[in-house]
Amino acid sequence: MSRWTPDPSFYPSPRDAARAPAEKLAYVAAFDRSAARPDAIAVLDTDPASPGYGRVVGWTDLPHTGDELHHFGWNACSSALCPTAPHPHVERRYLIVPGLRSSRVHVYDTQPDPRAPRLVKVIGPEELARRAGYSRPHTVHCGPDGIYLSALGGADGAEGPGGIAILDHTSFDVRRAWEADRGPQFLAYDFWWHYNHDVLVTSEWGTPSMIEDGIVGELLLGRKYGHAIHFWDLARRRHVQRVDLGDAYQMPLELRPAHDPTKTYGFVGVVISVEDLSASIWLWHRDGDAWAVTKVIDIPAEPADPADLPDLLKPFGAVPPLVTDIDLSVDDKHLYVSCWGTGELRQYDVSDPFHPVQTGSVRLGGIVRRTPHPGFPDEPLAGGPQMVEISRDGRRVYVSNSLYGSWDDQFYPDGVGAWLAKLDVDPDAGGLTPDPRFFPRGDEFRGLRVHQTRLQGGDASSDSYCFP
Amino acid sequence: MTGATWLALAGLGAFHGLNPAMGWLFAVGRGLQERSRRMLVTSLLPIALGHLASVGLVAALVSATRSVVASTTVAVVGGLLLVGFGLWQLLSRQHFRWAGMRPSNAQLAGWSFLMSSAHGAGLMLLPVLLAEPVAAGGHGGHGGHAGQLSAAPVGALPGLAAAGVHTVAMFGVALAAAVAVYEVLGVGVLRRAWFNVDRLWAGVLVVAGVITVVAAVT
Repeated sequence: MSRWTPDPSFYPSPRDAARAPAEKLAYVAAFDRSAARPDAIAVLDTDPASPGYGRVVGWTDLPHTGDELHHFGWNACSSALCPTAPHPHVERRYLIVPGLRSSRVHVYDTQPDPRAPRLVKVIGPEELARRAGYSRPHTVHCGPDGIYLSALGGADGAEGPGGIAILDHTSFDVRRAWEADRGPQFLAYDFWWHYNHDVLVTSEWGTPSMIEDGIVGELLLGRKYGHAIHFWDLARRRHVQRVDLGDAYQMPLELRPAHDPTKTYGFVGVVISVEDLSASIWLWHRDGDAWAVTKVIDIPAEPADPADLPDLLKPFGAVPPLVTDIDLSVDDKHLYVSCWGTGELRQYDVSDPFHPVQTGSVRLGGIVRRTPHPGFPDEPLAGGPQMVEISRDGRRVYVSNSLYGSWDDQFYPDGVGAWLAKLDVDPDAGGLTPDPRFFPRGDEFRGLRVHQTRLQGGDASSDSYCFP
Repeated sequence: MTGATWLALAGLGAFHGLNPAMGWLFAVGRGLQERSRRMLVTSLLPIALGHLASVGLVAALVSATRSVVASTTVAVVGGLLLVGFGLWQLLSRQHFRWAGMRPSNAQLAGWSFLMSSAHGAGLMLLPVLLAEPVAAGGHGGHGGHAGQLSAAPVGALPGLAAAGVHTVAMFGVALAAAVAVYEVLGVGVLRRAWFNVDRLWAGVLVVAGVITVVAAVT
């Protein structure tokens, strides 16, 4: 279905996107850890003027069980305006929803009723394997020439290499593996690009056997999880450079390039250093003709009584911050950092990307602290701020509390629960305030855990722009 | 060629130039990226060249072929081709990507050639080219069969002239649109003003094809 005028949620530049009207709905990936019931897409009402504000107002069960929803994304976004292959009359309408454990990819239509997404297609694991040679699909980005989908595992039981599959814009069929030459890259996780510079960046987590039954202590201490990021030629689909952060820095996960298409820097969060359990944020940038990384934020572990710690952490007597997600506002001003272990969401002013300045912090949950939401002080919270999503105007931040089924169970063995908080931001002065009217949790999510949030009409981690 | 023919060719050139997908948007993007108006203008030159190559190829083929084959056959075949291509454009939505966002001038001309050809830009000129009486040395009842083949290269000339005029108009309008968006309107205007040219474009192809066939058989 093509339109006569461009989809109103496509913006040529980040500046135009930041002026966009506020989102009225949010889509949340919810999953059943026991795999007894289907996972679901939950729909939240984010319109403060609506009677359903802050509540789950829509719910669509998946057709199968055991998918483990994680990340997902839109079929089309502002990149449709990019001038090499413009197609602005398609609609931002379909959600591409991979099952990280099942390797099934679902396509949901958010029309005609945006509160009741309808299933229109399921791509089986065999199609992903046969056409692209991958399994364990993860990150989805809408590219100008197709839908890009990263995957952690190889096909037919192979551990790897993981990589990126291309899906057809219109039919959603898997076309092929994206890489023409992957060089030394084997581990995969997240990816994004500097589109106008023909640069794609990928990060590393682990292979399926390294993650699916929980984090493996020996592998972590043996420094076997990913610790490098890769730069690629986006036009030629070739590996260009591997940049190693050092093997102490285990698991560089989320990649957040500047939205300004003239810039060539971005941030990557590292979950843990095996030397002191700290977490860190690194900046990638140009250095002459090559790419380089610089550590710009260090977040230390917090000492704790071993009696308060899960078995995995008892020998260390400390809580690692576990930075598992970061997100950059559309104006590239604020970086949000989730410390899922210590239960904190930090806000940094990164106007000077080499010198971030912390401008806000909110405590929620945490392995030891169990900080309650200020609006509900009698409810100690498990889990911590994990997936972060920022509204296009930078004024609202949404955080959910589950990391990944088996890892939740290791770090929060008495149950991680389910909650999703909204924080209000002053985009000029900085600072974060939890919204007491917006805190869906527990039974509202029908016993499922919550992971990524996508905002109606796009958000800070969904769209890329070709015009400064 | 008559004044009306030149006008039609120029009009179609303006129509092609106005389409953001035919190149001026790419030029604006490159200009904004480098903060350079010079980059914008110099990007449009290889884009116009690529367009000229695409349109010129079709136009030269048509005029050269007409000088040796019965014009009705050319018109009917060409017209049907046009209708089919227009329908294919209407029904399919292919998004190709080539050479990335930082092409060399040669790659940019290649991009423009592919973009114009994939959109059937040259085909759209068919009814105008076929409405022309066949150039001297062509068929027309007298003259033999031999000798006509040698007329083919000469016969291509009117087609090339037509493509040239068409491309000058295309370049002028594309330049005006690019500069207006770059200097005054800003790319935000795309959100409101970029109506679905592709659909209109496909419709024009179909109509042009029908006109060509009808004109040929009546």
